[in-house]
Amino acid sequence: MSAVTTSAAIARPALPAARRLAPLVILGLLALLPLATALGLPAHWLTLVTRAMIFAVAALSLDLILGVGGLVSFGHAAFIGIGAYGAGILITEGQTELLVALPAILLVCAAFAAVTGYVSLRTRGVAFIMITLAFGQMAFYFAQALSAYGGDDGLTLYEKSTLLGREIFANRTGFYYIALGTLAFCYWLARRLVASRFGRVLRAARENAVRVTVTGYDVDHVRLGAYVISGMMAGLSGFLLANQTDFVSPAFMSWQRSGELIFMVVLGGVGSLHGAIVGALAFLIAEDVLSAWTQNWKAIFGPLIVLFVLFTQGGIAGLMTKLRGRRDG
Amino acid sequence: MAEPALALKGLAKSFGALKVTDGVDLSIAPGELHALIGPNGAGKTTLVHQISGTLRPDSGAILFGGTDITHLPPQKRARAGLARTFQITSTIASLSALENVALGVQAHSAHPLSFFRDAARDEALNAPAWEALEAVGLTERAHAPAGSLSHGEKRALEIAMALTLKPKLILLDEPLAGVGHEEGERLIALLKSLKGRFAMLLVEHDMSAVFALADRVTVLVYGGVIASGEPAAVRADPAVRQAYLGEEV
Repeated sequence: MSAVTTSAAIARPALPAARRLAPLVILGLLALLPLATALGLPAHWLTLVTRAMIFAVAALSLDLILGVGGLVSFGHAAFIGIGAYGAGILITEGQTELLVALPAILLVCAAFAAVTGYVSLRTRGVAFIMITLAFGQMAFYFAQALSAYGGDDGLTLYEKSTLLGREIFANRTGFYYIALGTLAFCYWLARRLVASRFGRVLRAARENAVRVTVTGYDVDHVRLGAYVISGMMAGLSGFLLANQTDFVSPAFMSWQRSGELIFMVVLGGVGSLHGAIVGALAFLIAEDVLSAWTQNWKAIFGPLIVLFVLFTQGGIAGLMTKLRGRRDG
Repeated sequence: MAEPALALKGLAKSFGALKVTDGVDLSIAPGELHALIGPNGAGKTTLVHQISGTLRPDSGAILFGGTDITHLPPQKRARAGLARTFQITSTIASLSALENVALGVQAHSAHPLSFFRDAARDEALNAPAWEALEAVGLTERAHAPAGSLSHGEKRALEIAMALTLKPKLILLDEPLAGVGHEEGERLIALLKSLKGRFAMLLVEHDMSAVFALADRVTVLVYGGVIASGEPAAVRADPAVRQAYLGEEV
């Protein structure tokens, strides 16, 4: 510690160490899943969980602005769509190289986020929700109008992206680990971001923007930064999604999809980051299991989510914390 | 004569037909503790909002250390060294006391918004934050969430946050409001210990605190200044006695 000479030398209590087991457990279990398929779990689970992890990246990115920044964006699927269409259009034009596609996609997402964020952040609360929804719908109708690339029907892809000519997405297990690696990287990135100086200001502004402003920060500036980073991360998930489904369509950026992303974040627990991952996994797996069981699965799924959110305030992550507290106490 | 820390020149603000600030002239010397008193609704907090930049005056000028800041946004005023506390305590409830203070240190650091490095374990931020917490006597509560502090502790925390802004002037909006007697005494002692390091504008209802602390006193009634000067002179002013202080003084 520096040369501090205070008369009242009360000892400075040490910062209690943070325990974050849950994310490690989640990512560890995900890493082991391909083993389970080798031991007899139906192989389509690998595809399902890959898809869930891709959506987890998008949910994670949404949690960064919604949970950490307190900005409810209802147009987040637009970024998934831009990522997916970026991959789709480039592949259709014969450009499959990931090292070309990905930077281009991230750049376009950043630009779209910067422009729409700049406008949206002039509003607050419900107005912010509506204006992000409007931008999302603009992207949706734009994709519908892209007749050269399938228009309303969407665009089927006959190739996947490659890395330096190698077909890294061809193998199902390989793809699974790429998705897991991407998710782990994004989680790590988001976690660092939240703990950083930037993240501290973003968190503080969610609670008390006036205080943060008179402390000397430009709150809108910080929020726009978070919005751009979040948009790029969602674009990355769109890129992976296009490569997994070999198909892109305007439905990727429908407002229902944006709503589902919010659902995933709320389901997992707002603002905890790993909650968004759990929420996305739970959402997609529940959707798959229920839809295999009955055609009217949405009639069960809807009330289930309502009950869940009502009774577990804080989502799945909150529920786990509560259970742990009960065991300790 | 040295440039005043703060000078208000003919400041005026109306809400509709109501003149909440009516041509206020005020000057605070560097290091001076200037008390602003007046009955409820006199426009004291509105004046503080205009000085800190969260409200725009209709006319007049605000000079901070000789620079015209009338049209500067609040965050730029803060960075220039104009800090404030709020009538209703305003802290970041979920952040620890130390982090609240570090937020202020960070605002004036070379990289207020850097990514990646863990801010909570950043000694460049924490060392000055600890010093500010020690100055207001909150060392033991450093890691408690600000929301769990007592009312008086939150007031002290707000002062610690203001200290980190390398202030030339701190606006204190009723720092004693709602604070119990014992904690009030402690806050008055704290303000006394800080006197002289920077200028302070103290808005306060507690007259014993005002007369114990202030170098000069300004009395605001219906948005206008009716008296300004040494505490003893203001206390003796017949207009003040009639308008505000009543018989008890």
